[in-house]
Amino acid sequence: MSANAIPTPLRLNRTTGRTSSFLASSIGRKVVMALTGLVLFGYVVVHMLGNLQIYLGPAALNAYAVKLRAMPALLWGVRVLLFASAVLHVWAAVSLTRANVAARGIGYRERRNRESTYASRTMRWSGVILLLFIVYHLLHLTLGTVHPGFVPGDVYHNVVRGFQMGIAPFFYVLAMLALGLHMYHGVWSLMQTVGLSHPRYDRLRYAFAAFITALVVLGNLSFPIAVMTGLLKDRSSSRAATAARR
Amino acid sequence: MELRSNVPEGPIERKWEKHRFEMKLVNPANKRKHTILMVGSGLAGASAAASLAELGYNVKCYCYQDSPRRAHSIAAQGGINAAKNYQNDGDSVFRLFYDTVKGGDYRSREGNVYRLAELSVEIIDQCVAQGVPFAREYGGLLANRSFGGAQVSRTFYARGQTGQQLLLGAYQALERQIGLGKVEMFSRHEMLDLVLVDGRARGIVTRDMVTGEIESHAGDAVVLGTGGYGNVFYLATYAKGANATAIWRAYKKGAAFANPCFTQIHPTCIPVTGEHQSKLTLMSESLRNDGRIWVPKKARDPRPPNQIPEEDRDYYLERQYPSFGNLVPRDVASRAAKRVADEGRGVGPGGFGVYLDFADAIKRLGANVIGEKYGNLFEMYERITAENPYQVPMRIYPAIHYTMGGLWVDYNLMSTVPGLHVIGEANFSDHGANRLGASALMQGLADGYFVMPYTVGHYLASNKIEKLATDHSAFRQAEAAVADRVRSLLGIGGQRSVDSFHRELGRIMWEYCGMARNQGGLETALEKIPALREQFWREAKVPGENEELNQSLEKAGRVADFLELAELICLDALERRESCGGHFREEFQTPDGEARRDDENFCHVAAWEYAGQGQKPIRHVEPLSFEYVHPSQRSYK
Amino acid sequence: MNLTLHVWRQKNAAARGRFVTYPASDVSPDMSFLEMLDVVNEALIAGGEDPIAFDHDCREGICGTCGMMIDGQAHGPRRATTACQLHMRTYRDGDEITIEPWRADAFPVVKDLVVDRSAFDRIVAAGGFITARTGSAPDGNAVPVPKAAADLAMDAAACIGCGACVAACPNASAMLFTAAKVSHLGLLPQGQPERHTRVRGMVAQMDAEGFGTCTNHFECEAACPKSISVRFIARMNRDYLVATLADRGEPASAEGGTG
Repeated sequence: MSANAIPTPLRLNRTTGRTSSFLASSIGRKVVMALTGLVLFGYVVVHMLGNLQIYLGPAALNAYAVKLRAMPALLWGVRVLLFASAVLHVWAAVSLTRANVAARGIGYRERRNRESTYASRTMRWSGVILLLFIVYHLLHLTLGTVHPGFVPGDVYHNVVRGFQMGIAPFFYVLAMLALGLHMYHGVWSLMQTVGLSHPRYDRLRYAFAAFITALVVLGNLSFPIAVMTGLLKDRSSSRAATAARR
Repeated sequence: MELRSNVPEGPIERKWEKHRFEMKLVNPANKRKHTILMVGSGLAGASAAASLAELGYNVKCYCYQDSPRRAHSIAAQGGINAAKNYQNDGDSVFRLFYDTVKGGDYRSREGNVYRLAELSVEIIDQCVAQGVPFAREYGGLLANRSFGGAQVSRTFYARGQTGQQLLLGAYQALERQIGLGKVEMFSRHEMLDLVLVDGRARGIVTRDMVTGEIESHAGDAVVLGTGGYGNVFYLATYAKGANATAIWRAYKKGAAFANPCFTQIHPTCIPVTGEHQSKLTLMSESLRNDGRIWVPKKARDPRPPNQIPEEDRDYYLERQYPSFGNLVPRDVASRAAKRVADEGRGVGPGGFGVYLDFADAIKRLGANVIGEKYGNLFEMYERITAENPYQVPMRIYPAIHYTMGGLWVDYNLMSTVPGLHVIGEANFSDHGANRLGASALMQGLADGYFVMPYTVGHYLASNKIEKLATDHSAFRQAEAAVADRVRSLLGIGGQRSVDSFHRELGRIMWEYCGMARNQGGLETALEKIPALREQFWREAKVPGENEELNQSLEKAGRVADFLELAELICLDALERRESCGGHFREEFQTPDGEARRDDENFCHVAAWEYAGQGQKPIRHVEPLSFEYVHPSQRSYK
Repeated sequence: MNLTLHVWRQKNAAARGRFVTYPASDVSPDMSFLEMLDVVNEALIAGGEDPIAFDHDCREGICGTCGMMIDGQAHGPRRATTACQLHMRTYRDGDEITIEPWRADAFPVVKDLVVDRSAFDRIVAAGGFITARTGSAPDGNAVPVPKAAADLAMDAAACIGCGACVAACPNASAMLFTAAKVSHLGLLPQGQPERHTRVRGMVAQMDAEGFGTCTNHFECEAACPKSISVRFIARMNRDYLVATLADRGEPASAEGGTG
């Protein structure tokens, strides 16, 4: 440890463009994580609100689905945006997590947390659960691949029928708990990451995150629960459709 | 040895300006051909290293800490003086100069002090520009407070962390130069010897404290900014690592040591709690503005303070010094505390403490007001003692806090060894026999930012300095001597820990050469110290080896040097047969117990020259003359 | 009181370390934690063993030299307290205490509890300053600084560089340290000219040193002996974003001059 060798880039490289240096930096990747998180978060809220129409009955929900499909530009625009966001979100998460793991090769024997929350400490696990869930969810209710009685276009039937299957609702509930943890930390955390902080309003960040998370999670949980408790029932039309398929 | 102060001729307010013109300059293109070794990275060292590098010199900077940001300048709380007169209360460069000379009890050099006062103004500008977050008024301009009994408000401050903020400013300037490659930084390196070639300081030998490697470094000039030597007392407000090794090695290579007995004792420290105590913590002097100091009238009164009625209390400062009361200067307050403790009236465990009571102030102003003023200090006190000063009086006791003595330097801050410059607390120059509050930071930065860049250049330009590499025999010899010494320390093979020697040395020094000294005591100390030193070299136990991080070895080397320096301090105290500032000889006091200076015989700097192992050092004298501030007796009655 | 210590011992950076158990006897509640270690070390020396190496200097909570993980908490259980200011009255007779060095790859262990924090110095060298050549400064009152800005800058500047934030962060991130310096200088008018290059340079260096990234656990603020707020991290993030957006292609290294 003689003279301080300064092996690392003491100064930014002149030739590095701002985008690449931004994406290479920890804060840059955090911001990518935050902004893509914001997109995904926004989608989750809209998705939940849209799905509430299930309580208006099959006609309303299926009409909503038709309406969405009538605007392919919007639909695909959103899908591309979501896919890109998810990919970038995962990329940022993976690269940051790897950096974080590498930053402490040897851990502590004993460790007591003071300020971190269960949600903050489990982001990477809730994230993985959500990723798996999204794949399952797409196969289950969008593509119908793993659905026992998928009827293209009959969203109402697909949902109700889908949640009648043994393990599926259970997985949904678990995923929604993961979503709750992930979203609660993610929502206020993304504000911190993009620099939205003010001594007077910082406490509102938590309140907002808790409120919106509770809203989304309760809304989403209501669907499988409503099916399992029999509040939502598959109607004859759907049964007929199923029969027709046989 | 000749002590030539080299203070320029002419009226005092023109000296520095004239001198700056007369000094030789190094051509800008030639600056990069010179290497300057800066030992120490506190306020003085960091500011000098950064400023010299800015000019284009190559600088190598050394510190024993793991980072230059940790030097003990960081612990200064109160503030930094500057004659800005922003408060319109009658301050001026001359007044700051006057106060400093008087506060130093007429044992400092007028020319140097005037320059210090002059430069104080520029320091503030420099620090503001660097981003030091000084306290501000609501209008955004700089705030001031009055400090240490000064009659004008000239102290600039950053909460209670002024030293920290000033040091970080200098450290950041230094890091900038490190990043630019102009300063090479050697952290965790301890200077263990000075290397002279043809009588000039040309290099140092260091030990890498991680690998144990003993390395030579050559340069064209050497600057020491290695701080004070108060840790010779073991218990002090200094950082644990603070040491005298660099200046002591320089002394043994021919640099005169001036006024070693001028040590400062701070009256408001938290008292010792037991044998395990490793250091003392200072409580800001500002507490004396509202706290009342007292002890029980009866010796060894066992009652807790709240049960001692008013008539059984002795507010001894208010009684003895009715006009200044609790605000008498540091040295006076400290000695008074010692007197009552010696009478058996001290309080707390061991009886080395006096009460600093806020009950009256709380009654008068309310706990809220007191909390606003001193809340953080009260908290710190409670953290350390587990006592709540809102409810029970604080206990305080004096402790060693600063050393005014140090290596002798001339007006250019160069020692008696050509090319060896000494700055900050490590030199002796500006504070005389007593330093005023908020003046240490000022001196460190004045030396580093504004004196070194000129006078080092002058030295380099006016001397022909040959190129030199570390394979020169002088380096080989110095390295061998250092390695030898390390080996001997590791080889003592005794049974007693280094700390226990240090503690014992501290007790001797505190007892016989502390707040009050007398001939008999000093003579006793002069017998005990060499005996302890011999015992150290026979019985100390230094575990481990050189080729590793070995904190015991580091300590041992420092304590070995303290054991020599302590003797010089006592010798100087013995020879200075007068009382002045922090040096109080019981034989020389006025009938009412105040310090009695002897201007006829001791209006001089005593500079000691090393005369060889086992020889009595030679005392040289630099007479002081006072043309502008005429000596008078201090009185605080 | 008598305590049992489990202390990480590691001879040097290259050696493998392990925990060793030591008794700490006759500990006085008035001792500081480091004084307790002094006493243990005296006993080790007397017994012919190598004393425990730990960094320390001022022992009054301001130099930032000391620092160790005490029972899984940086600087021990008391908030806003450095290890040197932690007193043994916090403990009870019979307690067992685990003492580990700061753990971060950017802070390699030098010996036992001593780590190398020079990465912090390099982060500062990469921009944590205001370029103000000695002698070139205007009068201290030439530029008024709003009191609120000066006070907030002081809050950030109180950082002692001890590394507890890194040690406590589950990701070993140095964001709080870096943000404190970026904010201190960025809040002052004097710090504006270099505000963008500063934050980009310091963040680049921070990343290059191998610190982890911030995932907003806020363990750093809880561990900070000077209670430096995580709001400064948000401030730095904001500054970094603005600096990136404002970058118009000039070399970010244009600061400096001839030195």
